[in-house]
Order: sequence, then C-alpha cells, then structure tokens
Amino acid sequence: METSLDAIRPGKQAVVIQVNTEEALRRRLRDFGLVPGTKVSCRYRSPWGDVTALSLRGSVLAMRTKDLRKIRVRG
Amino acid sequence: MEKHALQKWTVALAGNPNVGKSTLFNNLTGMRQHTGNWPGKTVEVAQGICRWEGWELHITDLPGTYSLRGSSEDERIAGEFLDSGLADCTVVVCDGSCLERTLILALEILQRVERAVVCVNLMDEAKRQGIRLDTERLETRLGAAVVTTSAGDRAGMTRLLSAIAAACEGQQERMRPIWRDTVTEAEKIAAECTVRENAGQNWRYVLDRVLVSRRYGIPILICMLLCLVWLTVWGANLPSDMLWQFFSWGYARLSALFRFAPEWLRGLLLDGVYVTCSRVVSVMLPPMAIFFPLFTILEDVGYLPRMAFLMDHGMSRCGGCGKQALTLCMGLGCNAVGVMGCRIIDSPRERVVAILTNAMVPCNGRFPTLILLGSLFFPRVGSAFVVAACVALGVAGAMGVSGVLGKVFLRGQPSGFLMEIPPFRRPRLGKILMRSLVDRTLFIAGRAVCVAAPAGAVIWGLANTPLLQGIAAALDPLGTALGMNGVIFLGFLLALPANELLIPVILMMLTSSATLDAGIAASGALLLEAGVTWKMALCTMVFTLFHWPCTTTLQTIYRETRSWKKTAAAFLLPTAVGMVLCGMLNLLL
Repeated sequence: METSLDAIRPGKQAVVIQVNTEEALRRRLRDFGLVPGTKVSCRYRSPWGDVTALSLRGSVLAMRTKDLRKIRVRG
Repeated sequence: MEKHALQKWTVALAGNPNVGKSTLFNNLTGMRQHTGNWPGKTVEVAQGICRWEGWELHITDLPGTYSLRGSSEDERIAGEFLDSGLADCTVVVCDGSCLERTLILALEILQRVERAVVCVNLMDEAKRQGIRLDTERLETRLGAAVVTTSAGDRAGMTRLLSAIAAACEGQQERMRPIWRDTVTEAEKIAAECTVRENAGQNWRYVLDRVLVSRRYGIPILICMLLCLVWLTVWGANLPSDMLWQFFSWGYARLSALFRFAPEWLRGLLLDGVYVTCSRVVSVMLPPMAIFFPLFTILEDVGYLPRMAFLMDHGMSRCGGCGKQALTLCMGLGCNAVGVMGCRIIDSPRERVVAILTNAMVPCNGRFPTLILLGSLFFPRVGSAFVVAACVALGVAGAMGVSGVLGKVFLRGQPSGFLMEIPPFRRPRLGKILMRSLVDRTLFIAGRAVCVAAPAGAVIWGLANTPLLQGIAAALDPLGTALGMNGVIFLGFLLALPANELLIPVILMMLTSSATLDAGIAASGALLLEAGVTWKMALCTMVFTLFHWPCTTTLQTIYRETRSWKKTAAAFLLPTAVGMVLCGMLNLLL
C-alpha cells in the first residue's frame, strides 16, 4: 500500500519510493542514506508528535514529521 | 624510499560525525581533544603530532560530516582539506556498528583521495551488537587497507599506525575505484562483508522507549536538569566554605610573611591579587567540579541528542530547532562552548539566532553570584531553587528573544531538522572524571584566575584613589534606574573579562580595605552593611542573566561569525533585554 512516511506508525517498516522534499533536504537525506529503495522503520515519535525518529541502515535519524509527508513509501 | 631519522607525513582523519574520530585522534597524538556522544563534536580542526618508530605523523582531525559537497562550514572545511592534497594519507573512519551508513561517505572519500586507510572503529560496540566483519573481503571491495579498532580501549592502534605508514610509503599500489552510486554500493558492500547475529541488547531499547516516551520524556528531562542544578548548588556549599577557610588561613600566613614588605606592596599582592583570586576560586571551583562531570555523563551516555529531540517542539515554536536547546545546555557550562556548539545547527539563519541568544543562559561563572544573592536575600526559597528559577528565566529569555529575532529580522521558512540519534553508550566514569575535571574545570578556573589576578591588583590600586569612587558615583543614576546602584553597575563593567569576578569586585569596592576573615556569610554581611536591599539583589540577579557576554564569549562569537556587527549585536541584545527588565522591576517594586 502506497502512503507517505508520516503515516507509518512506530514499530512499523516501509520502503521508500520517492523523496519529494526540497532539493537541499533531499541531498542531506541522501547523505544519511535515505533514497528510493531504502528500508525505513519508524522508531518513536516526540511527545507532540512533530519529530519522528527513523531507523535506517543501522542508524537512527530524527526529522520533522511534516517533512516525512513528502516522502512516499510502500508500507 | 630510504628512511630518514624522522620521516614526516601528513595524515587526515575523516568520516561521519560521532564515529570516534576524536578518540582515535587523542589516542594517536596523546592530546585531549574533547569527545562526547553526539554528532558534531569536533567544531574546530584539531592538529597533533604522533611519533612512532621513526615516523612523525602530523595528524589532522577533520570535522565529522555526512558529505563533502554540502553547504555547511564543516563540510566545506573537510572537503577542501581532502581536495587540497595536503594529506599524504587519509584515514577514513567508519563505525563498525553502523557500517552501511558510514560507508556512504567512506566510498565518496576513497574516490577522491590518492592514498587511504579505512579504519572500522567502535568494533567493541559492534561485537556487543553481534556484528561480525569480514575484513579481507572489505579490503578487496574497497581497494584500500582496512583496520579494525576500538579506540575507546585503545585496541588496534599499532595495526592502524603500520597501515598508515605502509600507505604513506606507497608500498601498497591502489587503483582509485569508481562507484556509480555510493549509497547502493555501500549497501551491497556492507551486506557482503558483515554478518549480524542476534545479540541481547534490549536495555538500550527499553531505555530509549522510556527516556523519549510521550508520557515520561519531558518530565524526566525537567527532573534531570533540576537535579543537575540542585546537586551543583547544594553540593558546592561545603567545599566552598572549606576552600575559603583554607585561603583565610593562607592569608594569615602570608601577611606574617610580608610583615616587612612596604605597606603598598602588601596591599597590592595580598588584598588585591590574593583576595580576589581566592574569592574567585572558592566560589567558582566547587560548582564547576560538580557540574562538569555530571554534564559530561549526560553527554557521554548520549542523552543530549535525545534532549534536542524532545525539545524541538518548543524550540520550533520560537523559530529555532531542537539543536538550539542542546547549545543552550552547553551554555550552562560555559557560553563560549555553547556558541561553538552552534555549529551543529544547519541553517545559518538559526545558527546566528542561537549564537546571539546563548549568553542569556547563565554559565557556571555566574552561578556563584546567583547562589550568594539567592541564599542571602531569599533564604526561605533555598538557593538551589533560586538558581533553577534563574536558569529557567534565562532559557525563557533566550527562547523569547529567538522568537522575536526570527519573526522580525530573519524572516523565511524555518529550516528542516535532521539529526542523528546515536545509540546509548555506557559512560566510562574514570575517563569522564579526568576529562571534565582536568580539561574543563581546571582550564576554565585557570583562565578565571589569570584574569582575576591582574584585575584584583588594578582594582585594589584604583580603590585607593578617588577615581573608582568617582566613576561609581557617575554611574549611580544609571545603576539606580536599573534598580541597582553605581557600584554594582561598575562591578558588571569591570567583570567583563570574566563573570566570576562580579562579586569579588563589588566586595572590594565596597570595602576598599578588604579583610578576609570568614566565608560566604561574611561577604553577605558586607553586602548588607553596604545597604544592598533585596530589590537591588533581585535586579542584580536579573542583570546577571541578561547583560553583555564575557570577553571570551565575545571573542568566540567573532571567530564563529566573522562579523563585527553580529558580535556587537551579541553584546547589545542581552544588555538591552536586561536594562528593560531591570528598569521595569525598578518601577514596579
């Protein structure tokens, strides 16, 4: 099922299909290894839910949940 | 090539943030570059020399980056250094527990440099996570020598050095490989070369779940910060008094020794230099000796990035990001350190805001003032609570001003927030104690004494002339308008080199012939005698939070921003806030 990454609940996994963020963020995400095809799981959310910790390629990456909306995944 | 007595080579350490480069660097060079478990620790390029078996290796610890072509300062420095060809050999540092991610940058570097050694560090951590590495296979795939190390336990250092030596001498011919896509290639290579066996390390998951959980995350964070402040203030009482007694004893001995010296010399050295230094040391050393080890534990364990994670909501409301919360916390120790820490903030706009507001959080040098005034004039509340309230007020001020700055001057979209959260690491307590006491506490105390000694002499000299009283009298209207008086305001001006000086300087001006008989209680009595009221004390405390940063911080701000305008803004902004607040307090109370 195709959805955006912010819809993935903590503990669930997904595969990235498309990264539609602005160019600067897309490049930084690529440096962290987040590109189409990457397996990503949602680790935990901040108390207000606006930051999400993702687990990918063996490391944990925190980013704003609103930026996750621009990343399409297959859940 | 023939070996000379000392063959010189230049070596660069490059890699992602938080993979242990600084620890490696310290092991190799015997230097004590500060390390901590959060990404972005190496804020300046550190250089050191390592002598080993007739080699002299000049080692440069490049800032940790995620790429070489990004826009941030760190990435630019690292990229330029590697491209310059200055390094005879580049040591690419990877994290054994997170090989795949760290290989992405490693591949990029390997494509760009002539001679390289790949160092897979943190192997102890990897082993604990049940990860095994096929070193030979990795070597063939990367086309470079691979050395596994655990820098924390100094394991593998000799192997690393011989690999560096071999690479420098060019014994090993290397084809510069070409990879089309470093991300997918890193994934493939990591999959081929590592085997992951499931190992129990659930405590980390549980800890993470609790510490950043929706329900407990924020309460735990507040409790921890409160505990930190409370332990610092409460614990510092006794040692402070003991130090003070020791110094008074020394004063008696020294005055006996200086019996035959001329009056002015005795006054200058004892009442000027000695008294000021001993006041500074006895009030600032104990809080620092408690605060820094505790803070370093939080840092070493890896709690700070989680704190940034929890605080991002509040900070983003003020136009900042969670990383600013982290730099504010660093500022609790020393604002200069906090200002340097602002390099981890990606957006230049937010970084400037964070730099300008950092000095509003009271640093350790200002704790003594707050403790003394708090315990003297608000005894029922308790000095620990007063200090905690001051910290809270400082943070609120910093956040409020950030918000206004962000809205008024630096409009535009707040930048994204992207931060790696490292795994929890067990703190190495012995090392923490050594590092925080020797490197931070004694360093800062030494700096304060270096400033206090001449300042004490000058102020003692001035106090015996009408000049100082004249200036104080001239400043009196301004001081009074701010709810203080001329002497206190002059004290703030004179304490510009170091905030620790404030109380000693005021005391010396109040009692131009300072005697040194008892501890904190006596200094309190002196203040009361001089007619300092609780309203004055309150305004002084507020102004302690919001006034110009000390010269060290201002220097750091200039170095970080390279702009006189921004440095001036960093001077004026908190001062303006303090003046407005104190003026309002003066009118209201």
